[in-house]
Amino acid sequence: MSKELLRVEGLKVHFPIRTGGILIGQYTPLKAVDGVSFTLNEGETLGIVGESGCGKSTLGRAVLQLIKPTDGKVVFMGSELTGVGAEVIRQKRADMQIVFQDPLASLNPRMTVGDIIGEPLTVFFPKMKAEERKAKVRALMAKVGLLPQMINRYPHEFSGGQCQRIGIARAMILNPKLVICDEPVSALDVSIQAQIVNLLMDLQKEFGLSLLFISHDLSVVRHVSHRVMVLYLGKVMEIAERDAIYEAPLHPYTQALISAVPVPDPDIEKNKQRIVLGGDLPSPMKPPSGCVFRTRCPKASDICAKEVPVLEEKMPGHRVACHHWGIPDAAAVPTVGHH
Amino acid sequence: MTAVLEVRDLKVRFATPDGEVSAVNGVSFDVNEGECVGIVGESGSGKSQLFMSVMGLLAKNGRTLGSAKYRGTELVGMPVKDLNKIRGDKIAMIFQDSMTGLTPHLRIGKQMTEVLVQHKGMGEAAAVKRALEMLNLVRIPEAARRLAQYPHELSGGMRQRIMIAMALLCEPELLIADEPTTALDVTVQAQILDLMADLKRVTKAAIVLITHDLGTVAGLCDKVQVMYGGRFMETGSVQEIFYQPAHPYTAGLLASMPRLTEGRREKLYAIPGQPPNLQRLPKACPFQERCDYVHERCVDELPLLRDVTPGHAKACHLLSLANPVSDPKAPSLKVATEARSA
Ligand SMILES: Nc1ncnc2c1ncn2[C@@H]1O[C@H](COP(=O)(O)OP(=O)(O)OP(=O)(O)O)[C@@H](O)[C@H]1O
Ligand SMILES: Nc1ncnc2c1ncn2[C@@H]1O[C@H](COP(=O)(O)OP(=O)(O)OP(=O)(O)O)[C@@H](O)[C@H]1O
Ligand code: SF4
Ligand code: SF4
Ligand SMILES: [Mg+2]
Ligand SMILES: [Mg+2]
Repeated sequence: MSKELLRVEGLKVHFPIRTGGILIGQYTPLKAVDGVSFTLNEGETLGIVGESGCGKSTLGRAVLQLIKPTDGKVVFMGSELTGVGAEVIRQKRADMQIVFQDPLASLNPRMTVGDIIGEPLTVFFPKMKAEERKAKVRALMAKVGLLPQMINRYPHEFSGGQCQRIGIARAMILNPKLVICDEPVSALDVSIQAQIVNLLMDLQKEFGLSLLFISHDLSVVRHVSHRVMVLYLGKVMEIAERDAIYEAPLHPYTQALISAVPVPDPDIEKNKQRIVLGGDLPSPMKPPSGCVFRTRCPKASDICAKEVPVLEEKMPGHRVACHHWGIPDAAAVPTVGHH
Repeated sequence: MTAVLEVRDLKVRFATPDGEVSAVNGVSFDVNEGECVGIVGESGSGKSQLFMSVMGLLAKNGRTLGSAKYRGTELVGMPVKDLNKIRGDKIAMIFQDSMTGLTPHLRIGKQMTEVLVQHKGMGEAAAVKRALEMLNLVRIPEAARRLAQYPHELSGGMRQRIMIAMALLCEPELLIADEPTTALDVTVQAQILDLMADLKRVTKAAIVLITHDLGTVAGLCDKVQVMYGGRFMETGSVQEIFYQPAHPYTAGLLASMPRLTEGRREKLYAIPGQPPNLQRLPKACPFQERCDYVHERCVDELPLLRDVTPGHAKACHLLSLANPVSDPKAPSLKVATEARSA
């Protein structure tokens, strides 16, 4: 395939959480991201999925150095981002953007929508005439399905999905090389969602845009991604080509995830059998020994508590971290009815 | 069936420097005990503001016209101190934006127990115990420690579950859930939906579920109302809306859905055209500028909701999608000719 744009090696983000009394001041690390490695090529989309709280947003922010990683390396367009000064990162910002998960909270309430979307232009092209900037903002607003007439309104006067599109327009206005999309279409109706997804794919074709696409919507992830990475408790469980993840997942967690996707069909959905993940929810501060998924895994055995499974290539281009990886054994998987 | 909420000809208007925004334009419906009503539709079509107005929570530049009754008591125009007795106790809302629903500088525990202390007169210890139970029910790991954290220290999906837990704490009779599962992975989502299904079955609560996730609607809702341009385009049972859509907008929406069974396609179908401008809505059919079947009447007459079959209604002049000819018997409102937007 084409050239590597981004390389992440052994990335860790640990938040210190106070556990002792106020006077003792003892802290335990919460391992939000714990040794994640992957690469992303030019013009490629890597889907990132996994349970709520498994570290997806933290990973996205750490890649862009919006959070300082505890350990590990991020290499973007051949140069390292970790450990360099703020000014170097600032220069790179033009090429790497993020669409934040909380649309409204990420927009400055005192700025008009036109100023919010146009801000990156003001920062990186201070000489650009206001008229030209406004014209660019208007054109992009139309592309994401916002009426250009709304350019002078404030964020709180928009709906949830409209705010999300303001964030997308802002991330796209500089034609960046990399955009980290954190749940970028979660507040959109399926028609506008389709419009945005088509836009992202057009930009990818036209400019070779690369995307890290974080989403809980596995149907959308399947549609946009070339490869998919599955996270659990800050670690990579499985990473492979899109079709391999959806049609032949090798990790028990991925298998449960795919089986739980709601289908937009009332008869199927109301009578569906799903793999329900029981078991204890592990704490990110006291992760289980061995495999972090073992407290909920239907295939767990003794070795799973003793040895950390290593993320290894089990099939060409398909890496899995599991001692008992493989196609699910129907008998071993407890299925529980829905209602 | 007993109606918990009765809404009649409700309208929401916002004043802005460049004119009035007509966000909701006359909707009427009931939500009954033990029933879940799904609200779907275009982003920006008035779904959230419709229920913000029912809750008396519109922004300062907004106003409500029409009527919304909770068990017979009018909510529109009710003084705030009376509203506060009902809100959070009898009627609870899960807000679309989790940062709006939570106070940023208050610890999670404080926010959760406050509701119980205020509305249920519980003691501090009992309230904490109940809050913990609830956090476990919504599957938040390390629940005890979370009580001491601030909203920004949690992931998006955890904040959303905190709001869900807060809304369920008082066992409301009417739960308005605005996009409650957008930040949740499918396994947790399934558990949350089961919780809501239990609420509906066990306590006979009425639920309004506003969502773009048609899969969720398919799993939980009994009735569905499809909104566009501040109006209901189509209402019916889940089966009717999914299997026999009767309105061109509903049909377009369903056609835009990506399916899990499909791989990376060249293009997803999207309804062509731009959303309507709520400051200058066409007086007749709001969907006219994007509809494949638009004809003379659509620009002159506002189509009114009428039954296709009992319980399944649409607001469209067409006889049917299978036979898309204008139906002269379709009820409508003539609009002034100068209002023509074509
Ligand atoms: N305070 C306000 N002032 C002016 N216009 C507003 C205000 N609040 C909302 N609006 C407008 O009212 C319309 C309806 O908003 P609402 O939030 O109800 O949409 P929605 O259907 O919930 O959309 P979404 O699915 O994107 O959340 C939107 O077009 C929005 O721009
Ligand atoms: N500023 C912070 N301080 C302490 N803990 C944090 C902070 N930010 C995130 N965390 C913790 O890190 C973990 C991962 O959070 P993150 O937001 O990355 O999850 P996520 O995968 O994006 O989840 P979601 O799908 O719910 O958005 C969570 O346990 C969260 O509570
Ligand atoms: S290593 Fe063991 S516990 Fe972990 S996923 Fe594989 S089988 Fe399950
Ligand atoms: S009334 Fe006319 S424009 Fe409106 S949806 Fe029906 S056919 Fe289309
Ligand atoms: Mg997140
Ligand atoms: Mg909304």
